[in-house]
Amino acid sequence: MPGRRLPDGACGGAGMTVHTLRIDGHDCAAADGQTILSVARENGIPIPTMCHLDGLSDTGGCRMCVVEVAGSAKLTPACTTTVVEGMDVTTASDELVEYRRTIVEMMYLERNHICSICVANNHCELQDRAEQLGVQHFELPVINPQVGIDATHPLFAIDHNRCIMCTRCVRVCAEVEGAHTWGVMGSGLDERVVTDMGTPWGESPTCTSCGKCVQVCPTGALFEKGRAVAEGSKERRPFLPYLSRFDDEATR
Amino acid sequence: MTKPRLATVWLDGCSGCHMSFLDMDERLLDLAAMADIVYSPLVDVKEYPPDVDVCLVEGAVSSEDDLHKIRLVRERTRTLVSFGDCAVTANVPSLRNPIGTAPLLERAYLENVTLNPRIPLDVVPALLPTSRPVHDVVDVDVFLPGCPPSADLIFRTVVDLVEGRVPDTTGARFGR
Repeated sequence: MPGRRLPDGACGGAGMTVHTLRIDGHDCAAADGQTILSVARENGIPIPTMCHLDGLSDTGGCRMCVVEVAGSAKLTPACTTTVVEGMDVTTASDELVEYRRTIVEMMYLERNHICSICVANNHCELQDRAEQLGVQHFELPVINPQVGIDATHPLFAIDHNRCIMCTRCVRVCAEVEGAHTWGVMGSGLDERVVTDMGTPWGESPTCTSCGKCVQVCPTGALFEKGRAVAEGSKERRPFLPYLSRFDDEATR
Repeated sequence: MTKPRLATVWLDGCSGCHMSFLDMDERLLDLAAMADIVYSPLVDVKEYPPDVDVCLVEGAVSSEDDLHKIRLVRERTRTLVSFGDCAVTANVPSLRNPIGTAPLLERAYLENVTLNPRIPLDVVPALLPTSRPVHDVVDVDVFLPGCPPSADLIFRTVVDLVEGRVPDTTGARFGR
């Protein structure tokens, strides 16, 4: 199962502890240290995610995968919460679905997402989540911020209008490529992913031009130059066999 | 028995949603048998009539004229459908929102012009400060996103509405 989190040392070791828990009423077994998300996926229980990507570390940043745990008043991100013996998890109450719909809405409205003219139209996980959760209009106020584009790199560009701050690019660059080119600057509405502390991407001394960031971007924020509207398909490429898009599982 | 009265309105959009409406092809005949099309860019009626049962509104609300029209339409319509991404989110017309009206007009009509640079002030309606979704201005009953919504989806939705059902808009999504 590719969904297992990497730092998962307990798995298969001598004296491995097995926990039992309930997810949406199903009895599930889990290895010590396994996340709720990983156990749910193993048991065919779909929890929508956005910033999670199999093969990268989890940050619990987007809150799309929040679940209810009996006995706790707080909602808990399934991707960063490890299982505890006897846990009783609910993944899709009306309230949770409503929160997820609001998250999709906030992701759309925080920047300027215009699907019809986007390189990722029909290849976009944000668009997919909206459809999956039945988000067909927005009720929160529109912001329409002035947001820039960095097209200084010869092969790739980033359009911050379409970035949802999932930080997959930051993580893949650090954890898989080892280049640490991408980082995060600012906070709140002013938060941006940046290359080399804000150096234009084309002048980055650390970027290896490997394209992994483009490959893992869930939207059209990171794209290959020369691709027109709806041409930004990111089918799994041979050089990233261990990174699979959530879509493959979510739509099953 | 009188047939339900159907209208379609075109505000700030590219008419692509109306093209998709025409893509219903031979089903337009079925629709014509089911409802009277009392107002539309596709029929020759100048004034939006009173007592409309269902109206599909394409386009964002971007100008004083759009604003005037949509208020009138709302007043005279029972079920108002936000028809396509421009009506639902302001979509492409909203690209101007971060720029602002004055710099936009200057860029389009002064900076890039070689003959008689002039910002048009008469004949064309004044732009609103931003392009807005229809439901930002008046109440909307049904949302049908898509750029454009498919002919199948339009047919299904309109038939549901003229036959008095709550429409099933499953499968409608932004873009595409």
